[in-house]
Amino acid sequence: MTRRIELREIAHARAGDKGDTSNISLWVFDPADWGLVRGQVTAEAVKAHFGAQVKGRVTRYELPHLHGLNFVLEGALDGGVNGSLNLDGHGKSWSAILLALEIEVDQ
Amino acid sequence: MTGGAVRIGCGAGFSADRLDGAVDLARDGRLDALVFECVGERTLAFGHRDRRLDPAKGFNPQLEARLKAVWPLCIAGGCTIVTNMGVANPRRAAEVAMALGVDGGRTAAVLGDDVTALIGPETPLDGGRLSVADVDRELFGANAYLGSDALLPALEAGVSLVIGGRIADPALFLSVLRHSFGWAADDWPLLGAGTLVGHLLECGAQVTGGYFADPGHKEVPGLARVGYPLAEVAADGTFELTKLPDAGGMVTAATVREQLLYEVHDPGRYLTPDVTADFSGVHLDDRGGDVVALSGADGTARPETLKVTVAFDGGFLAEGEVSYAGRGAAGRARLAGEVAEERLRRVHGFTEELRLDLIGVQSLHRHHDHGVAPEGTDVRLRVAGRFRERERAEMLLWEVESLLCCGPAGGGGFRGRVTPSVVTHDAFLPRSDVPTRVEVFG
Repeated sequence: MTRRIELREIAHARAGDKGDTSNISLWVFDPADWGLVRGQVTAEAVKAHFGAQVKGRVTRYELPHLHGLNFVLEGALDGGVNGSLNLDGHGKSWSAILLALEIEVDQ
Repeated sequence: MTGGAVRIGCGAGFSADRLDGAVDLARDGRLDALVFECVGERTLAFGHRDRRLDPAKGFNPQLEARLKAVWPLCIAGGCTIVTNMGVANPRRAAEVAMALGVDGGRTAAVLGDDVTALIGPETPLDGGRLSVADVDRELFGANAYLGSDALLPALEAGVSLVIGGRIADPALFLSVLRHSFGWAADDWPLLGAGTLVGHLLECGAQVTGGYFADPGHKEVPGLARVGYPLAEVAADGTFELTKLPDAGGMVTAATVREQLLYEVHDPGRYLTPDVTADFSGVHLDDRGGDVVALSGADGTARPETLKVTVAFDGGFLAEGEVSYAGRGAAGRARLAGEVAEERLRRVHGFTEELRLDLIGVQSLHRHHDHGVAPEGTDVRLRVAGRFRERERAEMLLWEVESLLCCGPAGGGGFRGRVTPSVVTHDAFLPRSDVPTRVEVFG
């Protein structure tokens, strides 16, 4: 049996920006959860989670010894901080949106 | 840590950062250098805008307040201040610093990042996707990201304040380490290690518990008086990251990890003007007591070109807002937005992009379905657009305000503002096209 939880239960994240590209690093609190996150939080899953907000590709980088992933989201910021009509032109709040992604864990 | 270590603190992680954390570090940090990092894409663009309006402006608005508070302390403690608070006008910033009349204060201005004269209509932008002529807007200015090379002559001059403009954030810190340890300009592993020091310190409290707290998941003690970070760096590039014992916040493996990849893309290839840094093998040792030891940063040769931010007149950002409350608030706010958009398009002939946000229901992440409240009881409509002419920006505000009598029921609390704006694009220039120089004052 499995159940679904939000990433926020087992991980933390921070978002940064360069122009129209956002990056979000994701870190598990407990190394025991690393395999779970690495296996399920793929670039494809993140791209699907953000939907139409991300117009370009999503690339994932791994830091296995620190139990972290870095996602680079191209075309995510409505043109970037100096061009965006979005209240959050930096995309600083994107980290919290990533942490709302659900994954499956054993009961 | 062995003798000869260099202690560097960060006194600001962005243009509007707090001051008390910096004062504490200047007084109690036993620092060799205190660095204020105050320039981002947005603040640089605003600096150009301010300088155009007044040639005596364009530097950081908090420059004088910060220097009054920390410069005498730093001079007394033998600590050098290094900063990019000059933003779009570093020479003027140095003059303003000298005018404070701080006893013993000598300043060096780092110049040469302004490459506006090298930008022409054919200059390719954003990887060649367009040219300056294609942007078809007035050019405000262009600045290259300078590396630590540009700051070394200023440090060698023995001044107590080094002030520049567009300097890559980690280079502010790396310059101090290169000056102190004599690291070679092509010792890529050491430059990579020093870049990690700068990268972790450059955002101020973001590594000491600022921007980290999430109640119930991540607790931070004393967040209201969060301390700014300092690093004690050895000649081999390994270092300990910590904060003052009495300051709030915390330094743990988690706060350091979260900052490690902030604004980084490929952790193995972080491009800076100094080095292609490699953070992929960084090792953290959480020693407790707010001390984290770091090692394992590496680097390879620096990029051949310098990144340039080119700023253009962005016209006017218009934002009009009005609130709806109670039952059906979201529906009335949505209708109000539809009315405003229809009138702006059909009555006033607007063709520009407009953005409608329902704040409290769906604003920051309107493409995202998760966590969206189905119906708020207090919803604020925001109508935003960007226009070349101020008159059209003001027309948007007028239309949103007119909803008070002509729109859906129960709207109130109109606020509107028009903000002059700047848009930026990237270019790249060969290093040899960007000579830098240092002017010493005092």
